[in-house]
Amino acid sequence: MAIQVFAIAMALFAISRAYLRLREKKLKPFEFIFWTLLWLVVVFIAFAPDVTFFFSKLVGIERGIDIIIYTSIIALFYLMFRLYVKLETVEQNLTKIVRELALREKKR
Amino acid sequence: MNKLMIVVPAYNEAVKIGAVIESLKKEGFQNIIVVDDGSTDKTAETARSKGVVVLSHFVNCGYGAAITTGIKHAVVQGADAIATFDADGQHVSSDLHKLFEIVAKGEADIALGSRFLKQSKSNVPLLRKMALKAGRMIVWAFYGVKLSDAHSGLRAMSREAAEKIDVKSAHMDFSSEIVDQIKKQKLRWKELPVTVRYTQYSIKNSKQGPLPALKIFSQMIWRKLVR
Repeated sequence: MAIQVFAIAMALFAISRAYLRLREKKLKPFEFIFWTLLWLVVVFIAFAPDVTFFFSKLVGIERGIDIIIYTSIIALFYLMFRLYVKLETVEQNLTKIVRELALREKKR
Repeated sequence: MNKLMIVVPAYNEAVKIGAVIESLKKEGFQNIIVVDDGSTDKTAETARSKGVVVLSHFVNCGYGAAITTGIKHAVVQGADAIATFDADGQHVSSDLHKLFEIVAKGEADIALGSRFLKQSKSNVPLLRKMALKAGRMIVWAFYGVKLSDAHSGLRAMSREAAEKIDVKSAHMDFSSEIVDQIKKQKLRWKELPVTVRYTQYSIKNSKQGPLPALKIFSQMIWRKLVR
């Protein structure tokens, strides 16, 4: 039972966070729906872990829980990649600003 | 070829920058651009007191970013040829003459200083040597240009080359990316032996150990993947 309580608590926390971000307009409605659905799926799986078995069978993985772990890792890697790209863009933009300021200061 | 400009990227080099500028002036180089890359010490003040142009990054952006800023300024100021020179006192200012000469004669668009050509008198420590040798093989494999020393901070280029070169890297992999640009922009290059002095100070402060080397390598792979 502990895992179900934990899942609900986590989901409520995450969804409330997402909702706050939505109100601040830092999250688009579509993104809010995505995260809410994702966490609802997590709660659902916590109560009915057997459904994962259906999917794992589909792709030929023995245990239901494994497919969750595999997809999570892939998703995490993808998110990290996105973050990295984003970070690089931000860094490049920062450099451009700093350079422009340095050059302008000299022109005056 | 008359207006020669020297770009000196500097990050927390207050101890050495004065002497470096002095040595450049002693060799007759008047147009010196120090790019202070967000130093927290008195690098900018010291350089300014020596009467050279100082450009200031107000936050630290990295070695490559500082060089690019300096080169852009030099181009705007009408430089005919531009050299880059490290601020930590490792380079010997008299080496610049031959680098500039090659560029002035039109023998190459970019002249690169090398620690590993026969006539070089550099006393490269063993670990550095190994890292640099590996580095040149990696650069060769990545960019198809076979250099004897792919990570030298001492180089001179013509104005045209400086305008063409478009290096994105803000960090230490600047040196490798410039090789990539040599290939892409079809620049004519030539390596010349230069002396790099390894002192207690430079070894303590430099970013050329095995770990930074790994970092440069990972940055290069990253660049290959993403761009």
